[in-house]
Amino acid sequence: MSQKVLLSSKEINIILHRLACQLLENHLDFSETVLIGIQPRGTFVADRLTRILQEEYGVKHIDVGFLDITFYRDDFRRGDKTLEATQTKIDFLVEDKKVVLIDDVLYTGRSIRAALTAIQSFGRPSEIELLTLIDRRFSRHLPIQPNYRGRQVDAINEEKVKVMWEENDGEDVIYLINK
Amino acid sequence: MSELSVKHLLGIKYLKEKDIQLIFETADHFKEVINRSIKKVPSLRDITIANIFFENSTRTKLSFELAEKRLSADVINFSAGQSSVKKGETLIDTVNNILSMKVDMVVMRHPNPGAGIFLSKHVNASIVNAGDGAHEHPTQALLDSYSIRERLGDVAGKKVVIVGDILHSRVALSNIFALKLQGAKVKVCGPKTLMPKHIESLGVEVETNLRKALDWCDVANMLRIQNERLDISYFPTTREYTQQFGVNKALLDSLDKEVVIMHPGPINRGVEITSDVADSKQSIILGQVENGVAIRMAVIYLLASKIK
Repeated sequence: MSQKVLLSSKEINIILHRLACQLLENHLDFSETVLIGIQPRGTFVADRLTRILQEEYGVKHIDVGFLDITFYRDDFRRGDKTLEATQTKIDFLVEDKKVVLIDDVLYTGRSIRAALTAIQSFGRPSEIELLTLIDRRFSRHLPIQPNYRGRQVDAINEEKVKVMWEENDGEDVIYLINK
Repeated sequence: MSELSVKHLLGIKYLKEKDIQLIFETADHFKEVINRSIKKVPSLRDITIANIFFENSTRTKLSFELAEKRLSADVINFSAGQSSVKKGETLIDTVNNILSMKVDMVVMRHPNPGAGIFLSKHVNASIVNAGDGAHEHPTQALLDSYSIRERLGDVAGKKVVIVGDILHSRVALSNIFALKLQGAKVKVCGPKTLMPKHIESLGVEVETNLRKALDWCDVANMLRIQNERLDISYFPTTREYTQQFGVNKALLDSLDKEVVIMHPGPINRGVEITSDVADSKQSIILGQVENGVAIRMAVIYLLASKIK
């Protein structure tokens, strides 16, 4: 197994700031927009973006939630393991709101498909956008593309993109791991 | 640990402590799901479940059916009263006929203890015991413990007294297994005639004085007097039973603490519990019913994920 650094802490920080600016450009004061981090690892991206938007760009209030997609996945009973759920926390209405789904890595698109179904349980958003930090292009199983992307990566299927966060893993870094 | 150690839910006796924790953690997520505006998830859309009830039931049957539907399973219902069982069909034949319709899971209530275990050895489907005679009622015990955990934060170390007809109660037996497994202290309280011999061997203490039991406990689980199972007279009159083993507001108010009151339903109001207690803040009876759906969703989800 070998791994190389895809993005360093500094690069991640620059990309997050760019994504925050792009969100700001389209959503202004976030009064009609909610951010939804997809569990388990999209929540870190959502938290970071929220912090940047509030602390550095003066956005007063942003509704941020976490969405667990386990019960909406299309691979139930198809693997050896029971799919274990994590917490969903959406304390606001998404009815008629602009929803930005946020995940760390976009790969086959199946998680996003599940998230699109799951979010409907909380109401009918006026529109849904997708933001991903890493976009593994050419590996999609479904016709799903991000509206905001941090970095495009051409990785073959045997490779794995691992995103680490300081608050969870000790440092901000993204690895490309060759299994 | 991310899957159950069992293929069927036949009784709490066959579960490990970590199975119970996994069921609770999964139920936490389903409880959030059933409080959404759309209370349904698509996980089990390719699973068919048969609810086979050889004995009457209202809330258990409704609760299971709702749990199955909220998971998007296809559901068929079968009640012995309207079936070929009356024409002399055996249990295995009945169930195999249902299974030939490509059913993946069977939820069964049966008047004979061990019916679920028997079935699990003879048919190729996941079996969930929804009550087998006076033996076990595992999902009830799970939702009872889950409700205690929700109210008091934890089950371990809590003192629980189970009051009433211990002899005929599958709820009592499953609760004793579940509570002991999670490290709670358990007493049983009721007339000596309704106390099984050697009940102490399960690690519980017998108390025949309700007042003393309530002074000791954090939680009192009041069982129903099951008139349909009382083939002989176990106590002189219902009124005498109520005087000795029924809870009322005056009794609870005279204690120096607030005991959590539970009841598996259906309630005989004025017999084992008075209306003012059943409807009071101390009572978590309706919470138990809500938790029942979440617990059954968790059990079905976790068992279904083992069906290959």
